[in-house]
Amino acid sequence: MYNPTEATMTVQDTGAIKMTARNVNVFYGDKHAIKDVSIDVRADEVTAFIGPSGCGKSTFLRCLNRMNDTVASARVTGEMRLDGQDIYDRQMDVVQLRARVGMVFQKPNPFPKSIYENIAYGPRIHGLARSRAELDEIVATSLKKAGLWDEVKDRLNDSGTALSGGQQQRLCIARAIAVNPEVILMDEPCSALDPIATAKIEELIEELRGRYAIVIVTHNMQQAARVSQKTAFFHLGDLVEYGPTSEIFTNPKKEKTKDYITGRYG
Amino acid sequence: MATTHTVKSFDDDLRQLRSYISQMGGLAEAQIMGAIEALASRNPEMAMRIVTGDRAIDHLEMEAERHIIQTIARRQPLADDLREVISALKIAALIERIGDYAKNIAKRATALAQVSPIQPVVIVPEMGKLVARMVKDVLDAYASRDAELARTVWSRDKHVDDFYASLFRALLTYMMENPQQITPSTHVLFIAKNLERIGDHATNIAEIVHFNVTGEYMEPDRPKGDETAFSVHGMESDED
Amino acid sequence: MNKPALADGALTPTDWTSPAMVARIRQRYAREARFKAMGLVALVISALFLAFLLYSIAGNGLTGFQSTEIRLNVAFKPEALGITAADLAGPDAEDRLRQADYGLIGGDALIARFPEVTDPGDQMDLEELLSPGTAAYLRETLVDNPALLGKSITLWVPAATDVDMLNKGQIDADLPALERGISDRMLGYYRQLKADGDIRTSFNTRFFTAADSRDPELAAIWGATMGSLLTLFVTLLISFPVGVLAAVYLEEYAPKNRLTDFIEVNINNLAAVPSIIFGLLGLAVFLGTFGMQRSAPVVGGLTLALMTLPTIVIASRVAIKAVPPSIRDAARGIGASPLQVVFHHVVPLALPGIMTGTIIGMARALGETAPLLMIGMRAFVVDVPASLTDPATVLPVQVFLWSDSVERGFVEKTSAAIIVLMVFLLMMNALAIYLRQKFERRW
Repeated sequence: MYNPTEATMTVQDTGAIKMTARNVNVFYGDKHAIKDVSIDVRADEVTAFIGPSGCGKSTFLRCLNRMNDTVASARVTGEMRLDGQDIYDRQMDVVQLRARVGMVFQKPNPFPKSIYENIAYGPRIHGLARSRAELDEIVATSLKKAGLWDEVKDRLNDSGTALSGGQQQRLCIARAIAVNPEVILMDEPCSALDPIATAKIEELIEELRGRYAIVIVTHNMQQAARVSQKTAFFHLGDLVEYGPTSEIFTNPKKEKTKDYITGRYG
Repeated sequence: MATTHTVKSFDDDLRQLRSYISQMGGLAEAQIMGAIEALASRNPEMAMRIVTGDRAIDHLEMEAERHIIQTIARRQPLADDLREVISALKIAALIERIGDYAKNIAKRATALAQVSPIQPVVIVPEMGKLVARMVKDVLDAYASRDAELARTVWSRDKHVDDFYASLFRALLTYMMENPQQITPSTHVLFIAKNLERIGDHATNIAEIVHFNVTGEYMEPDRPKGDETAFSVHGMESDED
Repeated sequence: MNKPALADGALTPTDWTSPAMVARIRQRYAREARFKAMGLVALVISALFLAFLLYSIAGNGLTGFQSTEIRLNVAFKPEALGITAADLAGPDAEDRLRQADYGLIGGDALIARFPEVTDPGDQMDLEELLSPGTAAYLRETLVDNPALLGKSITLWVPAATDVDMLNKGQIDADLPALERGISDRMLGYYRQLKADGDIRTSFNTRFFTAADSRDPELAAIWGATMGSLLTLFVTLLISFPVGVLAAVYLEEYAPKNRLTDFIEVNINNLAAVPSIIFGLLGLAVFLGTFGMQRSAPVVGGLTLALMTLPTIVIASRVAIKAVPPSIRDAARGIGASPLQVVFHHVVPLALPGIMTGTIIGMARALGETAPLLMIGMRAFVVDVPASLTDPATVLPVQVFLWSDSVERGFVEKTSAAIIVLMVFLLMMNALAIYLRQKFERRW
């Protein structure tokens, strides 16, 4: 059953580690895409993955909810846990995992359906609402949490694709929220948006922090510096440096991190 | 700096920034030396030149500040670049203060030139040289990004403090013995205090240079200091 | 940023007005104009071909939708029909009316119309003016209205092919009798009837309600149309679900390996296999192995389904591939199962493309002749097929059969059938375009 307050309840275990990765390796065929990465994602924090293109940060992000499963040649070794439960275990139902670990993509990708249907789809397939009224409630709550309610409440039956880019992306975030996830993965959520829309998403991330563990991949280092508490720098499949964002952006320990952050890379 | 920035003009900006600081540093050093010289040679004209010369430093500080704001706005520096830019901003302000102290010394030198010389003033130029040397070294440390040199400058402040303490005692004794010389003696005392403050500022710059280069704050246990408020708690060093 | 190359003076500024440059520009314009002109010529040529085709078919075929009728005062005399008034009272009155002999009363009415013709041989000529279908027409009239028995009524009855063609100007009355194929005497009768206003041309409703006939003026298209519809129904029923499911499986589920590559190549090859091969396959499998009935729409439909399947699979795969992966990601990202991803998102979004492909495949099947000849759907069928196992023929085969007939009257019927076939094809293509326009989504 859906309970909007449940999401906020998870804030209580402040500092709890939500997801862990230990010695994770990912191969695409012969390509060693992720090399021995270990990382902790905390429940009350925004974790940012930065690094040059092709460094494996998106690959790693997609491992966290097994979106890479669909790539036939991808192979993952090592250990990844969500609340201590191995997500690559055979016991783990991948559909349920993705409901618990939601995802927001680079390009806003609302379904070509109404705004209402976009949000209602997830709860419907997971059976989270028992009645139409309950579903309406979920849709409204999700849109409110995503800061989109006031903009769309009068046109819930309009197509989701008719919204502006930034609104579409917030719709996608609302859609992810609607299934009441524990972790939200964001794969460069602002790369297709203008600065104002970007600022709104960043504000939204700030508001969602605490209710959900958030992992964000971004090419925009300023954005990582603005929204995250922890930053991980990936380079050629290695996790070069992982630490508090305040440290990474003022005093990185590794030369590679410094060169990348200050724009001396390559 | 191992490599250059992908955006070359960012490097130009940083170079320009350093050039501002070294220009200001050079001027400040010359001002200190000039003020001391004017004091020792009892040359009021020279002292007046020093007083008006301070405007150049003020002007440079303004220019540097404008440049730094521009750089922050346009480049959004991070990590060592960020430290570099912020350090420059702070150092520029400190050098400007040093310039002010030099100006104040020059003003007092004109006053002292009007009256007959007093005995304790003879050790002031010695102290002035020591302080000017500190300013020069700390700016060299800044220019060469030399944290070690900064650290030695920082530890040399003890000598300045010792100088000041002995001068202070000497002046007190002198004033007790020659109450009619209290006015020039007070001027000398303030000159000594100004030099001591310059020394403190040089130490502050040394701390900034150290942070700029290493990213770490210096340990707060300076040999002797009244600047403990500047040090910050709880940054454990991760140096290998 | 300064550009060293320019600073060095290594590059001289381009003179955009030099004669060589001007000549280049002129040449470029000329080339563009030539290419445009060639395209236009190609377009005009193809348009001319099409116009000629349409003109010749319409010119030949439009008269096929008309029939010539003769006005007769028919007397339904019981003695001539071989029935009595008493038969009508019985329980099997309708059967009696149907079984009566209507062969004479049409001729008798015409003989009565020309009292001056007394020679029995001439009278037989006179009866030739009437279509052999007159008897059937009169039978239907009386069955519909039994009260007419024993009475006389003025009716328009169908004329014989020769009269029909004469009336439509397809036989030149000025030619010698032997060449025009109609005797001087009959021409005389025709002219007399025409002069009295007893000959008219009317819309040939029979053409759209009956099946084939040996007599051109009675030959109709409805039988073949029904055959086509039944056949296409079977084709659609088999090829659409099988094709779409195969496409979905290949696109969304099948692992990418040698086997699926091999299957893909073969599907593409299958689409290019000549249709007659499918006819042979149908003959061997459905008639040979399973012993199904010849000439039945169900067999034709199955055979055409085999032929259409690759087209639908290919079109569906293209449509499914065109659904952006981001939609799949979106659905998967909120925990939709693979089946839900496919049936809630991918297939609905691909459906316009799938339907367009299907309709085009169906249109191809509608126009297909060769494979159906192989499985015996070229039979001469005088009854409109009512079920999937009735002997039937289809529109293109009907066209083929009629074009093969020796009677000159079939020329216009052939063209008329082609018109009907083309109207069907146009309707299907229009539907395809409509569906594409209506359901096409942009993202």
